[in-house]
Amino acid sequence: MPSTGSNAGRKPVTFPQYLLLNASRFADRTATRHKDLGIWQSWTWKQQFEEIRAFSIGLQEIGVGEGDKIAIVGTNRPRLYWTFCAVQALKAIPVPVYADAVAEEMAYVLNHAGVRLAVVQDQEQVDKILSFSDEIPALKDVIYDEPRGLRDYDHTHLREFASVQELGREAMAADSGRAKAWEDAINASDGEEVSVFLYTSGTTGRSKGVVLKAKTSVKAACDTAEFDHLTENDNVLAYLPLAWAGDHYLNYAQGYVSALCMACPESPETVAHDLREIGPTFYFAPPRVFEQLLTNVMIRMEDASVIKKKIFHHYLAVANKWGEAILEGRSVPFGARLSYWLGNILVYGPLKNTLGFSNIRTAYTAGEAIGPDLFSFFRALGINLKQLYGQTEAFLYVTAQKDGEIHADTVGKAVPDVEIRISDDGEVLFKSPGMFVEYYADEEKTKETFTEDGFIKTGDAGIFDSRGDLKIIDRAKDVGKLRDGSLFAPKYIENKLKFFPNIKEVVAFGDGRDFCSVFLNIDLAAVGNWAERNNISYASYQELAGLPQVYEMMREHVDQVNRDLAGEELMAGSQIARFLVLHKELDADDGELTRTQKVRRGFIGDRYAPLIEALYDGSSEKYVDTEVTFEDGRKGSISATVKIMDMKTNPPTGATKEAAE
Amino acid sequence: MNQHIDPGSLRADDGIERGGMLLHVDNISLSFGGVKAISDISFDVKKGEIRAIIGPNGAGKTSMLNVINGFYHPQEGTITFRGEKRRRMRPHHAASQGIARTFQNIALFKGMSTLDNIMTGRMTLMRSNILSQAMWFGPAQKEELAHRETVEKIIDFLEIEHIRKTPVGRLPYGLQKRVELGRALAADPALLLLDEPMAGMNLEEKEDMSRFVLDVNQQFGTTIALIEHDMGVVMDLSDRVVVLDYGRKIGDGTPDEVRNNQDVIDAYLGVSHD
Repeated sequence: MPSTGSNAGRKPVTFPQYLLLNASRFADRTATRHKDLGIWQSWTWKQQFEEIRAFSIGLQEIGVGEGDKIAIVGTNRPRLYWTFCAVQALKAIPVPVYADAVAEEMAYVLNHAGVRLAVVQDQEQVDKILSFSDEIPALKDVIYDEPRGLRDYDHTHLREFASVQELGREAMAADSGRAKAWEDAINASDGEEVSVFLYTSGTTGRSKGVVLKAKTSVKAACDTAEFDHLTENDNVLAYLPLAWAGDHYLNYAQGYVSALCMACPESPETVAHDLREIGPTFYFAPPRVFEQLLTNVMIRMEDASVIKKKIFHHYLAVANKWGEAILEGRSVPFGARLSYWLGNILVYGPLKNTLGFSNIRTAYTAGEAIGPDLFSFFRALGINLKQLYGQTEAFLYVTAQKDGEIHADTVGKAVPDVEIRISDDGEVLFKSPGMFVEYYADEEKTKETFTEDGFIKTGDAGIFDSRGDLKIIDRAKDVGKLRDGSLFAPKYIENKLKFFPNIKEVVAFGDGRDFCSVFLNIDLAAVGNWAERNNISYASYQELAGLPQVYEMMREHVDQVNRDLAGEELMAGSQIARFLVLHKELDADDGELTRTQKVRRGFIGDRYAPLIEALYDGSSEKYVDTEVTFEDGRKGSISATVKIMDMKTNPPTGATKEAAE
Repeated sequence: MNQHIDPGSLRADDGIERGGMLLHVDNISLSFGGVKAISDISFDVKKGEIRAIIGPNGAGKTSMLNVINGFYHPQEGTITFRGEKRRRMRPHHAASQGIARTFQNIALFKGMSTLDNIMTGRMTLMRSNILSQAMWFGPAQKEELAHRETVEKIIDFLEIEHIRKTPVGRLPYGLQKRVELGRALAADPALLLLDEPMAGMNLEEKEDMSRFVLDVNQQFGTTIALIEHDMGVVMDLSDRVVVLDYGRKIGDGTPDEVRNNQDVIDAYLGVSHD
């Protein structure tokens, strides 16, 4: 807290105020790291403050002022994170945009937000913006971080990040009161200004601009930082998309209020390696990342020597039996403790070290359901992996699991200061300190989202279990009924299938139909490895996906899920009667997934209408021709004859036998 | 702090202006026994340009590159590089004069890492003796640090950070090509010879490679002579094109001129003999 001046003793209410505070209380502690030219570079809070101030005043020099919208596009790089704070210091509004968005998507967001200036990473993003700059009259300037390849561009509206900082430094040198005035303006804020526009990933239709206020964002961040005891001694690796609410919250918001040290990877491809070097204490990853890690570990263990394999599997069994109990501090026999200790030396320790998980105090996963086996695997290794349930509209946390109250199938209880209730039709509603003000320029959607009494509708169907923990079943609007009236929750079925390492993505159909059927996407890494091991040759993803052996493998998985479903009273009716393996991977570039890799059900339904029809008209194969978009935006097409397989469904085994989870 | 050595300054500037004559090939003829690979070819490469050499299979393109970098010795004709006339020279002389190249079939050290492979590109620029290098002592240490910095810049430039420590034998073809370009760049060349840099690549890899070639040319001002079969790539990238057929030069000029040259069209599309 500022010890002098008009704000003495007051708790900061904006992130720039936290910057000033951190620059004085933790002046010499490292704020940011970035690997550049193979060496970790670092900035202390003091240095970071100076960088941000120079850039911020530089922005002022080129005419940025209160209320201007500034787009931020790129991967996780210190300068882009600094831009957030530099922009907020001027009471302008940062609008982060997904770096991998194609030009059209980006143009929509920039236009919708009325962006005046864009701060981007490199030539690729500059090119993208220039390609549609005619359509965005409000956009005046573009600032770039990496100059490579941009030397010969027309620089009338193009500036280098460093040159803007130079402008700021010159302004400060010319006017000795300038720096003070800048700080005073920050201190004067009451936190009522807009802090950021976060565009949702657009699971349903166009993305919406979630408007968040500074004061409430700070409050939300403080609450959860306290909940997880984050301090200046923590460090994180920022590797998730910059434009995603989760990244903005976990790395920027929590980072500033707790003054932790954030590291930026060298490039998106080096994340795994950088993670190992940094060894973060706080880590977040969506379930699919943990899934990928487990798959990779298992694949690599397959190639290990017999002795190593034996040791690995022996101690994995020990960990599965005792690991979670030890992690949660429950009483465990001495022999088991000894065995686990040995396992830690021989297996868990080195494994965690390889994954970069040695120092983790708290790890979270969210966004999708996580398989119970997967969840237990990491917890058994001694990693405190927990689940949270969050929304961009809440500025992230709605619920989170408390240490010691961890269950694979729930997302925990409401975090401090959050109220939750379930509406009559099963939808989860909440009220939270960080909740958003409105969807930018979309009054109708805003109205739809708030209830009469000021709660926010999440659009997720959920229930409270006997422990009082929240359990999310599916998107509320996706839950439907089969023609015979039995409940159909597509995601529930999809998740059950996705827990198999060989299956990457699933789309289930059944609402208003006679039976449930699914599209499967194989996991190329896992199935490819299996094929190699079994001497099965294939030339392409498409060919691999269509192999009879692969179909047989998928049939076994679906059969397993059917048997599970038969054991659950509510779900027994929605066993899978027919399935097919898709000939191409679902991809965000084709609009089939959101940028956060969630299935866009409606879109897939339209795009693959002939295949869905084939699932229900009894045919055994179907020819399809699908348009695909390459990374550069060009289009091509792939065609295939997709086989469809019938499944046997089981009679409900009733509540006597619980699902084998 | 170590004393700063700028490895780039180790080679004296040749004083040739951008657009001035860097390489001049005069009436070169090369034959292997009775086979005439190249007959009486002349062309030039200006400083700072991208010069393409194209032609059907067996036209003598690679032979021409091999002549330029001293691997083959032409029976007739002269080559003037940076104002210096020469007739016979060894490849290592070419390398130390500032000519670097990549190969049609990748020629990397498969067991060595990307980093080490690119580091070998700086061999000709290293000055310390083998003993102090082995001891990694004094000047040798400083020198290596400076070279490493340059190599890291190249790694950053080519966006291959993630494979820095990976043995190149394990890399996919497209990446190996990129590493090879990195090694050639490490020699800090005045003239970069690329022998089919896009051969065997898919569309995306070709686009990446094209961008790197353009960036190298723009950023470092490196003069590039390249052989390529993909006409789209050649026409987009190069400033001037020379066309060979059966060891003879049949066209020379800007991509547009070459595209409309009747001899070139005949050579590529075939011509009816009646």
